[in-house]
Amino acid sequence: MPKLTIDGQEVEVPPGSTVLQACEAAGREIPVFCYHPRLNIAGNCRMCLVEMEKSPKPVASCAMPAADGMVIKTDTPMVHKARKGVLEMLLINHPLDCPICDQGGECDLQDITLFYGPDHSRYQENKRPVTDKYLGPLISTHMTRCIHCTRCIRFINEVAGVEELGAVQRGEHMEITTWVEKALTSEMSGNIVDLCPVGALNSKPYEYKARTWELKKTESIDVMDAVGANIRLDSRGPEVMRVLPRLNEDVNEEWISDKTRFNYDGLKRRRLDVPMTKKEGKLQPTDWRGAFGAIREGLDGVPGQQVGFILGDLVDAETMVLVKELASALGSPNVDCRQDGAKLTSGDRASYLFNTGIGRLEESDAVLLVGANPRWEAPLVNTRLRKRYRQGGFKVGRVGPAFDLTYPVEELGAGPETLTAMIDQGLGSQIAFADVLRAASKPAMIVGPGAYARADGGAVLALAHRFAAAFNIVRPDAGWNGFNILHTAASRVGGLELGLVPGEGGLDVAGMLAAARSGEIKVLFLVGADEVDLSGLEKSFVIYVGSHGDAGAKVADVILPGAAYAEKNATYVNMEGRPQRSKLAIFPPGEAKEDWKIFRALSEVLGHTIPLNALPEVRGRMAELAPTLARIDEVVPAAWTGAIPVGGDVVNQAFAPAIEDFYLTNPIARASGILQECSRLFVDGHDVKATGTHG
Amino acid sequence: MLQDRDRIFTNLYGEHDPGLDAAKSRGDWDSTKQILLKGRDWIIDEMKASGLRGRGGAGFPTGLKWSFMPKKSDGGPAYLVVNADESEPGTCKDREIMRHDPHKLVEGCLIAGFAMGATAAYIYIRGEFISEALALDGAIAEAYEAGLIGRNACGSGYDFDVFLHRGAGAYICGEETALIESLEGKKGQPRLKPPFPAAVGLYGRPTTVNNVESISVAPTILRRGASWFAGIGREKNTGTKLYCFSGHVNKPCVVEDALGLPLKELIERHAGGVRGGWDNLMAVIPGGSSVPLMPKHVCDDVLMDFDSLRAQGSGLGTAGVIVMDKSTDIVYAIARLSKFYMHESCGQCTPCREGTGWMWRIMMRMVRGEARLEEIDMLLDVTKEIEGHTICALGDAAAWPIQGLMRHFRPEVERRIKEYAARLPRAA
Repeated sequence: MPKLTIDGQEVEVPPGSTVLQACEAAGREIPVFCYHPRLNIAGNCRMCLVEMEKSPKPVASCAMPAADGMVIKTDTPMVHKARKGVLEMLLINHPLDCPICDQGGECDLQDITLFYGPDHSRYQENKRPVTDKYLGPLISTHMTRCIHCTRCIRFINEVAGVEELGAVQRGEHMEITTWVEKALTSEMSGNIVDLCPVGALNSKPYEYKARTWELKKTESIDVMDAVGANIRLDSRGPEVMRVLPRLNEDVNEEWISDKTRFNYDGLKRRRLDVPMTKKEGKLQPTDWRGAFGAIREGLDGVPGQQVGFILGDLVDAETMVLVKELASALGSPNVDCRQDGAKLTSGDRASYLFNTGIGRLEESDAVLLVGANPRWEAPLVNTRLRKRYRQGGFKVGRVGPAFDLTYPVEELGAGPETLTAMIDQGLGSQIAFADVLRAASKPAMIVGPGAYARADGGAVLALAHRFAAAFNIVRPDAGWNGFNILHTAASRVGGLELGLVPGEGGLDVAGMLAAARSGEIKVLFLVGADEVDLSGLEKSFVIYVGSHGDAGAKVADVILPGAAYAEKNATYVNMEGRPQRSKLAIFPPGEAKEDWKIFRALSEVLGHTIPLNALPEVRGRMAELAPTLARIDEVVPAAWTGAIPVGGDVVNQAFAPAIEDFYLTNPIARASGILQECSRLFVDGHDVKATGTHG
Repeated sequence: MLQDRDRIFTNLYGEHDPGLDAAKSRGDWDSTKQILLKGRDWIIDEMKASGLRGRGGAGFPTGLKWSFMPKKSDGGPAYLVVNADESEPGTCKDREIMRHDPHKLVEGCLIAGFAMGATAAYIYIRGEFISEALALDGAIAEAYEAGLIGRNACGSGYDFDVFLHRGAGAYICGEETALIESLEGKKGQPRLKPPFPAAVGLYGRPTTVNNVESISVAPTILRRGASWFAGIGREKNTGTKLYCFSGHVNKPCVVEDALGLPLKELIERHAGGVRGGWDNLMAVIPGGSSVPLMPKHVCDDVLMDFDSLRAQGSGLGTAGVIVMDKSTDIVYAIARLSKFYMHESCGQCTPCREGTGWMWRIMMRMVRGEARLEEIDMLLDVTKEIEGHTICALGDAAAWPIQGLMRHFRPEVERRIKEYAARLPRAA
């Protein structure tokens, strides 16, 4: 442990620390621009210069390794002069845009200049003009403001893993650019807006829309995938203006994916804001009383077995508690939260959780992906895997369709037969990777929806369990569980924890839909369920409860408008089994209500009043149903039973991609104009900037 | 005055064939194997004893630099990188070595590489040096063919490869870590130190970067003995040095002579004297554009070596002597240097990226006198904001010429400013 003297105060820092970290440990604030703890050290802004004894020049504290006996001074004329000089240099070519700059109010350059900068300008020459760059539909540029800290370059190359951003030219002509004009293709690209210490990189959709100080900040949880990224919703009046990440080392660090960041305009579009009922074959607006009346009529005389509930991908845990209560009050065993057809079962938690934990993936030394594409199914899991890859000594193998994950992946095979073969012995690369897994001290496997959400998914899961046993993936003695299920939906684990799976004699999603088509199911509740095949449901009475006019609303006989994730206080359980709570940032539009309240009111109309009248009561009931959900932000580890689920026969068919279009996986994303544009550019591949001649 | 028998570069002017046979007849590749067989420690001790200081500009003792390389290999490669990116304005010595005496460099690579435990040498040659690259490439091919380098080099049992890599003509790639970056295929920008190249260099391996001249003189030093080399020149400034004379001299030239000789004597003997006589001299930049200039009264009796020039507030640098007579627009000359540094700044560090352009713009106004008197002090303050605040020394190199100008020629700048102001119509 090196011991340093910082301004006369002795501090001890862990080996491998930098002088900057030592200064911070001593409570000294060092201004920085280029330094970022999650990126490689560039040391080029020169803002963090400090005086070091025996060094004639000031040293860049961000890059200088802390060594025993160093004497550092951070408050001397030399340091002040250096800081003032660097700021003067940064400002000479920086435009006086602050009054119209989006970064105004949260700008590092503004803040640092205020404390350390010169009080007037000595620069009389012309300022440097720089052409703005096209970086795609998400990021707008004002390159005259750029201070060349290269954080964006480092993020895109290191964290996002696509080599699409760099610097060209030298000296004062140096510019940050994509060499050939093209949009950044990374699904993590929006993070460079946060990283930019000045207003050079802005969020294109948010640009010129608001000032930071007029926004209400609400801490929330992202629902675009099952990672449960911690986010902050910045709203003004009834509008969410932007989405920013919050720090959570265990989940998303300080990154979020573009789908999380840019879905918010979907909250304003295609909204269901008034209850509707179908009259003369057409949906007509009505009031809550009318809609509930129509449901009561539709349910009149229908036995519980003929009522079904399908839950979608964005449903919060509170709503699921009410759905479960209502289903049991109606006597319906037909409840299913596995809209994607996953063959995961409730009960044995370890069999459906991401047991390793997203953060602890960094400890792993070999990972096998089974029918998983983390880059699209859970971008932040992929970011972790890439982070781990960059630390070295890490191998990734894949069984399933190939996809560029931004790090090298060993292709082992296409389908379940590869797993069987590897358990026995395998061929070629399979043998080599089997050896890697056996030799690994913390091996992990990630089973994705491409493997478990198919007709023989149960059998594939059983095979995965056998594989885990054969390769000793789970080592309870060493405190290591490498068996991971990769989820794609924010609601899924919550539903499994609460047991929203078919009861005794109940039908699963596919069964319910088939029965609804044949008329055996008379009443079908679609709770935000839009991503299933809803054709041919004319024979049944369909009730859609949700926020957006998507596929489910189209086939509904009654629509009950619900609240989207920004509009309610709700609990979501991420793939690790981590319950997290979001807070209401804006109110639901029009007549729309929080979903759990809708079911509470409906139960009363139907004569089965559920005695949960307020959020704390709902949450109390939730804790009874699933005690782990009461421990907010905590992961209660699941005990590994080692039991191999019963699965039936495996069909030797290649694993298929579970997500066709990363940007349009749920009703909010599909309603978002920004994400539609992303989909058109990056998934359909129309990377052409519209010019004057484009219509 | 150097005796002919003490000259190292006997084909500096290309009077003889640069090929292998001719080079051997001049003494190159003579008993190279025996030198290698004396071992790493002997070579390094001998180099230290010779007092050879790096010829690239900084003057760091070469033997000491070699000794920083790991004594024991960890099994991986280590590299010698030869800096042949000679781009310092006023300097043209390595060019002559490479086109007329390339075997001195190739042999030096083998010996230096062996002494520091390197597995290969990369010669990074400036992009504009086309005939030099061809000559060097030919010499490397000849040496390979003759078994002098490559597997079992010179029959010593030591395997050593020499690669030639052509740069793209960026001045900053002459900075050793920027050179390494460029060699790795990246944008030429200096690296942060520590870690130093001897620990983490080319491709993350231990690396030593040396100037062409430093490497090229090594075989002769080892053949003739450290005491011979140390006997030339002055204490701590020993040996012979290639001087480049350019500017307002009658016979611009590159010449080898001993260190520690008077500047005046060197100019008069080798370069045919200053144009219009010694009294017509205005100033001399003694070591390439990066060192501060010296006015005539300093030049009258200064000695050309590292320590004497440093004592005069300048430096030996690359010994690229730029002579300026009284017809020189000295302010414009320094402004032109400022433009060079603005153009060649890599753009990485804030003070150098922004400051070099600012300095040039102020300098250009001062050339015309279009400035205020107080801007002279402001300009000096700006040079101080750049100096010492950057990763590499380019920022310092950009600041020093201006500081040198103001130290010695401030009255000239003030005169221009006053004259310009006097020409302006007065406000009513």
